[in-house]
Amino acid sequence: MSDATFCPACIGLPDGQLAKAASNGTAQIILSLPGIHCVACINGVERALRGIEGVANARVNLSMKRVTIGTSTPIAPETLIETLARAGYAAQILDTSLLGGQDDAYGRSLMTRIAVSGFAMMNVMLLSVAVWSGAIGATQNLFHLISASIALPAILYAAQPFFKNAWRALAVRKLNMDVPISLAILLAAGMSLFETLVGGHHAYFDAAISLTFFLLIGRYLDHRSRKAAASAAAQLSALEVPRVMRLQNGARQMVDFTALAVGDLIQVLPGGRIPVDGTVTAGSSQIDRALLTGESRPALAKAGTQVTAGEVNMTGPLTIRAATVGADTTLRKMVTMVDQAEAVRNRYTAIADRAAAIYAPVVHVLALAAFAGWMMGTGDIRLSLNIAVAVLIITCPCALGLAVPAVATTAAGRLFRAGLLVKDGTALERLAEIDTVVFDKTGTLTMPAATRDALNHAAQSIALALTQNTTHPVSQAIAASLHGITPAALTDQQEHAGKGLSATYQGQKVKLGSGAWLGTGQGTYLKIGDSKPQKITLRSDLREGAAALVQNWQSAGLAIHLVSGDDARETAKIARALGITFWQAETRPNDKIAYINALSSAGAKVLMVGDGLNDTGALAAAFASVSPATAADAARAASDIVLLNDSLTPLIALPRVARAARARIKENFAISTLYNIIAVPIALAGLATPLIAAIAMSASSLTVLLNALRLKGKL
Amino acid sequence: MNILMILIPVSLCLGGVGLAAFLWSLRHDQYEDLEGDAWRILRDDDDTPRKH
Repeated sequence: MSDATFCPACIGLPDGQLAKAASNGTAQIILSLPGIHCVACINGVERALRGIEGVANARVNLSMKRVTIGTSTPIAPETLIETLARAGYAAQILDTSLLGGQDDAYGRSLMTRIAVSGFAMMNVMLLSVAVWSGAIGATQNLFHLISASIALPAILYAAQPFFKNAWRALAVRKLNMDVPISLAILLAAGMSLFETLVGGHHAYFDAAISLTFFLLIGRYLDHRSRKAAASAAAQLSALEVPRVMRLQNGARQMVDFTALAVGDLIQVLPGGRIPVDGTVTAGSSQIDRALLTGESRPALAKAGTQVTAGEVNMTGPLTIRAATVGADTTLRKMVTMVDQAEAVRNRYTAIADRAAAIYAPVVHVLALAAFAGWMMGTGDIRLSLNIAVAVLIITCPCALGLAVPAVATTAAGRLFRAGLLVKDGTALERLAEIDTVVFDKTGTLTMPAATRDALNHAAQSIALALTQNTTHPVSQAIAASLHGITPAALTDQQEHAGKGLSATYQGQKVKLGSGAWLGTGQGTYLKIGDSKPQKITLRSDLREGAAALVQNWQSAGLAIHLVSGDDARETAKIARALGITFWQAETRPNDKIAYINALSSAGAKVLMVGDGLNDTGALAAAFASVSPATAADAARAASDIVLLNDSLTPLIALPRVARAARARIKENFAISTLYNIIAVPIALAGLATPLIAAIAMSASSLTVLLNALRLKGKL
Repeated sequence: MNILMILIPVSLCLGGVGLAAFLWSLRHDQYEDLEGDAWRILRDDDDTPRKH
C-alpha cells in the first residue's frame, strides 16, 4: 500500500477501489479451500492470510471455494497452506486453469450475447403475441418491421459464435453442429425479412432469435464445464534437468543436459533431481524414488546403487556415472508413453458429437426434400422456401446444444459441492461406463504415518523435538504422529545427512535415525544415551473412507484392483485389509500402463485412481481417471477428476452420479426426438405457423433443461 | 392504436435499461461470488478502511 501514498491519482479514489488495486499485488496465488462454508470461514481465512508478511490482500470466493492471494513479495504457496492449516483450514494449490481462469473473456462475451439475444427475444415475442392473436394488414406489417429491426441486429451480433464455428467447419469441407444451426438462423431471418418487405403473413423472427438465445445458453454452459486441459506429458518433461554439473578430469563444469554422453560423471547436489539413469560411483545419500515407485519413503543410495532419471537426491552429494542419456532416460521414455496414452484418450467421441454426426446430414436432407417436394407439387419458390425454413427451425438441435451441457453442468456442480472437481467435459460420460477400478496404494489409498504407541512419553517428546523442524518426509511423518505432545527441550541439534538427527537432552546424547547408523537392524530408531535403540514403526495409514469406498464400489459391481510400486508384503496387507482380491506389487510405471492396457484389451472400461508421478502414464492410459489434490502436478493433469478433500468418501457417489447424468442425456435426446417426430410431419405438410414453431422450440428447450436439473435432487 | 407508437418505444427503452443494468453488473464482477458476498454483508467486524 505504500505505493499508493505517492500516487496523486489514488487520493481521490474511494477505499474500496484502492483495496482492489492492491489485491493484485505483484503476483497472484490461488488456493483451493474445499472445506469452507460460512462467513466465519471467510473471516478466518482472510485474517490468517493477511497476517502474513508480504500478503497484499486475500479474497475468498465462497461459491468457488477458493481464495485469491495477492502478494507483494514472493511467498511460497506452501507457506500460505501451512498458515491456513494452522488456522484450521485445509488448502491445496491447484493449477489456475483447473480453478477456472480469472479473466474469462470468451465466457464474458458469451454472457453478453445471451443478454442481448434475451432482450431481443422478449421484445420480439411481445410483438409476435399480437400477430398470433390476429393482427392483420398494416398492424401486422408494422409489427413485423419492428420485429425485424430488433431481431436482425441482435442475431447478427449474438449468433456470431455459431457463424464462426460453422464457417471454420465448412472451410475444411466438414459438417458440424453449427452448420445446421447457422443455416436455420440465417435462412429464417432472411426469409422473414423478405416476407416482411413484401407484406407476407409468416415471419419467423421470434423463432430465429429464441433459437439463438437457447443455443447460446447451451454454449455458455459447455464453455464453463470445459476446463483448460493441461498436458501431463508437458508437466512430466518439466521435471527434466536442463543444466547438469559434469565432472571432467577432476573439474566441475555446468553443461547442457543434451551435451552429456554415456559414461560421463555427473554430480548431483542435495535437493537436486537426478538427470540421467546410471550408477552411483561416490557419495552416500537418501533418494526419493517417488517417480518410479510412488513411495515417499526415501531409499539409501551409495556407491554401486542404480539410480534413475527423475529421482530426487535428498541428503548428500552423489556422483553418478551416466548409463543412458538424452531420449533414452527413463524419464524421457515415460514422457513419451504418457504422450501416447493422452493421444488415445483424446480420441473418445462425446455422445453429443456422435449424435451430431448423424443429426446434421438428416436435417439438411429433410429440409432439402421438403423444398424439392413442394417445389415439384406447387412450383411456388416462396412457399417451398418457407416450408424448408419451418423444417429447419422445428428440427433445431436444442436438445444436442443445450441438453448435454445442462446435464454436465448440473452433475459437475453436484460433484463440486461433494468435493470433486470435474476437469473434463466428457469425463462423466466415460465414468458412467466403467466396470473396473485400479487403485494405486501409496498416497491414494494410504497416507504414510508413524505409530506412537511403541514409545514411552519421554521418548515421544524427544522424538518430536528432534523431528519437528526438519523437512525429511520420515521426520515429518513422525512429528505428525506425535501431534499434541509437548516437545522436550534439546540443545546442540544436528542433522547428519543420510543418517539421522542428533541432539543433547539433559546431558545425554539422543539420536534418531536409520538402524544402520545406530548399529541395529532395518528401520528407523530412537536412541537415548547408551540405552538400547527403540524402533519407531512407520506404517501406512488408510486414507479416510478407503474401506467404505472399496466396499461400496465392490457391491456396486465394480471389479477392484490394487497395483502398487511398493513391496509385496505391504501391498498384500493393504489388499487384505480392504478385501481386494486382485493386486500386484512392485509395479513400475510402464508395467502399470501395461496392466491397464491388458484390462482394456480384455474389454474392461478401467477407472484409474492414483496420485504419484509413477501413476501418470496409467492415469492417462485408463478410460477415466481420478487423482487426489495432493497428487503430483503431472498426475493431476492426466486425470479427469480431482478429489479436493483428504477423505475418499465423496468418490462413493461418483459412479452413481455419472450413470444418472448419462441417463439424463439419453432421456433428453429421446424427448427432443419425440418432439421432432410430432412436429416435423406438421412442418413437412406446410402446416407449421410461426406460433407452432415457437411453441415446439421453447417447449423442447425448457423440457430438456428441467430434466437436467433433476440431477440436483435425489438420484 | 396510436398509443402503440408511444408504448412500443417505451417498452423497448425499459427493456434496454434492464439490458444495460445486466451488462453493467456483468462487467463489474457482480456474479463472481454469489454466496460469499451474501454472507459478507452480515459480518459485524468489517475491515477498517485501509490507510493511505
